[in-house]
Amino acid sequence: MTTTTQDRSLLARLFGARETGLVLIILVLFLIMSFASPHFLTWTNMRAMTMAFSVEAIVVVGMTILLISGGIDLSVGSVTALAMVVAGLLFLNGVNPWVAALMAIAVCAGIGAVIGFFVTYVGLHHFIVTLAAMVIARGLCLLGTGGRPLGLFELPAGFKWIGIGSVGVIPVAIIIFVIVVAVFDFLLRRTTAFRLVYYTGSNEKAAAYSGIRTKRVIFLTTVLCSTLCGVAGIIYMARFGSAQPTFGVGMELNVIAAAVIGGASLSGGKGTIFGAILGAILLSVVSSSLALLNVSVYWQDIIRGSILLAAVTLDHYLVKRQAAGGRA
Amino acid sequence: MNPAPPLLQMTDIAKSFGAIRALRSGQLDLRAGEIHALAGENGAGKSTLMNILDGILRPDSGAIRIDGQPVQIDSPAMAQRLGIGFVHQEIALCADISVAENIFMSETAQSRRRLMGGADLIARAAEVLAPLAAIDPRLPAGLLSISQQQLVEIAKALTLECRILIFDEPTAALTEHEAQKLFTILRGLAARGIGIIYISHRMAEIFGICDRVTVMRDGQHIRTDRTADITPADVVNAMVGRKLDTLYPPKMQGTPGPEILRVAGLTDRRFQDVSFALHAGEILGFGGLIGAGRSEIARGLMRLEGAAKGRIWLHGQEVNLRDYADCIARGIVYLSEDRKGDGVFLDLPIAANIAALDLRRVAGRFGVINPAREAAQAQRIGGSLRLKAASMAHRVASLSGGNQQKVALAKLLAVQPKVIFLDEPTRGVDVGAKAEIHAILRGLADSGVGIAVISSELPELIGLCDRVLVVSEGRIVGGLSGPDMTETNIMTLAAPGALAKAGAMQ
Repeated sequence: MTTTTQDRSLLARLFGARETGLVLIILVLFLIMSFASPHFLTWTNMRAMTMAFSVEAIVVVGMTILLISGGIDLSVGSVTALAMVVAGLLFLNGVNPWVAALMAIAVCAGIGAVIGFFVTYVGLHHFIVTLAAMVIARGLCLLGTGGRPLGLFELPAGFKWIGIGSVGVIPVAIIIFVIVVAVFDFLLRRTTAFRLVYYTGSNEKAAAYSGIRTKRVIFLTTVLCSTLCGVAGIIYMARFGSAQPTFGVGMELNVIAAAVIGGASLSGGKGTIFGAILGAILLSVVSSSLALLNVSVYWQDIIRGSILLAAVTLDHYLVKRQAAGGRA
Repeated sequence: MNPAPPLLQMTDIAKSFGAIRALRSGQLDLRAGEIHALAGENGAGKSTLMNILDGILRPDSGAIRIDGQPVQIDSPAMAQRLGIGFVHQEIALCADISVAENIFMSETAQSRRRLMGGADLIARAAEVLAPLAAIDPRLPAGLLSISQQQLVEIAKALTLECRILIFDEPTAALTEHEAQKLFTILRGLAARGIGIIYISHRMAEIFGICDRVTVMRDGQHIRTDRTADITPADVVNAMVGRKLDTLYPPKMQGTPGPEILRVAGLTDRRFQDVSFALHAGEILGFGGLIGAGRSEIARGLMRLEGAAKGRIWLHGQEVNLRDYADCIARGIVYLSEDRKGDGVFLDLPIAANIAALDLRRVAGRFGVINPAREAAQAQRIGGSLRLKAASMAHRVASLSGGNQQKVALAKLLAVQPKVIFLDEPTRGVDVGAKAEIHAILRGLADSGVGIAVISSELPELIGLCDRVLVVSEGRIVGGLSGPDMTETNIMTLAAPGALAKAGAMQ
């Protein structure tokens, strides 16, 4: 009996408060918007809104896990674009699109491995290494395409299906998103392998002093993040029917903002997939609402930035209050 | 006709953090020219009281008088203007700038000059440091050892024109020799009429250098006495609020059991040719000065750092330890001396901390963690250590120092180890929890676990251990047991250059 209360409060403490708050805020936004605009609470708008963030949310998953381990990845936008470009070029040169997609994802994993090598074995900071990777991957995209989008009109319908198809009324991209999120949320909450990510991010030295091979953990989370970028890039390609070398500029900021609003910390050890996805949903609902209310796009960035600042400020004070309470 | 008012008078100081009353009736009076010890267990309210005096915290009620005049201290800058200096226990130096610039940091911040002083600053820093230690003021502070950094912190406070100086456990990181130099300086300062508040757990220091002692418990003032009028036992009893009959558990009964761990010729950069054996039932101590290489030996043995060479036998079988994960798998574990730095995960729940060394113990098939088993494990081991926590789901940061240390120990016990090396197992732990930890260690030794304890507190080594190996300059220079385990013998062996003496003794 004591154990069950223990469990509940363990989950509640690690995962509870933040998610509950975000769900409430999103519900309030829904309520306000459904009164403010007749177009908001329609199937078309809901579908468009979900489609808008469902692919990026896969990148959010990778970024959140990396943030929990104490790392960060600025190269996600470029690497996502690179997946498109590599798969697109291979396809145009006669490679089967599915094979091309797998090879492109492998290239992204390889970039993650290079970043991971410089971070763990050379000992550089994630921020600097991924900044370099961001620029290099973007350069590769432009080099491979001559700066122009690759039209992939010949893509077979079966391949495009993952980007624009649906099962019944539900778009495939959303199904993929739900599966990826559910799987990684479970892995992160409940499996020993991903628990090591929390230990490493919470206190790398204490993790090493607990026999955890922290370099391996950091290396693998870095590779995972880049690999998920590759997956996202392929779905984008299937959706657009083209490979766009300039796609995803600024994506890293959106993705990091979502994870942080959802409770991840830049100093590691904190965060959940569910929370980060709620962060992404919140940002998406806000963007969509502002568009429906005919607010200038220039205002949207200002408002999104302010939300990020507000979320982090609130978090800071909550943590400080907790710390003061715990001093007894 | 009345005597002059005391230099400092704090009366009925109260302070709450939310629902927690850290301080109910703090009280302290300090005379000019005295060294006044402030003693109490962790959580007794000493730090809160001192933070109020330094303007870091504001009291909810109570009065502070300096020279009989009521004052209100709103900020550390205000405290500094009133002549109050505080040497914190935590070292807060800027690692990349020079020692001299660190020492004069606050002066630089308040100076109207636009340019930094050059040679002049270095000369003045050298002057302040000279009586404390031979430290080059031009070096970046980050290159200094922990004890040297602590001395720079002290030098920093000495440069301020203080009338009241607060020292929070200043000797925790110092060698015996450095501590003696510090005491000489403190007596010199007191002779110049400065009032010194000296926070310490160590009875030897309280009775060795302090004129009076104030004891606090549960946020309240308990008693203030001249040290000449009372005994260390009185102070300890006042601190814990009950009579502690024996601080240390009984020693090993009979002869030691079979050999558990044997080490031969262990050598790395920081230690040479270390050989010893650890037997079932005994608690083996490692004594010596800070920096002698005791922690390095333990960490080198367990592959936590360096690349030590040497031979190791576990239960008579020679083993080749690849890394620390391999050590844990074989049942050899290490309790770090730096609890907050690398002992526990402060932000994670207690249960997750206790499970950290081997998650398979709380996981089912496919590596899926079972939260009920994780909580049950924490309950079971925490309970056996008398860990006081409202819930195993609370963050470790919410616990007191003693209970945090029990979590660090519980982490190790979760893997049912065969050999435990404990590095300063009771540092920063209050007297009550300390006795509990000692009893736990004796219980483990009785049950056949090999226990090795590194401690810089001589009474702890002598009181707890059955045998003490003394390390000096990276070598084991001697072993002491039974009546030979005395502070004098340990210190004689521990002093640098003792190798020759050890040779003479044999």
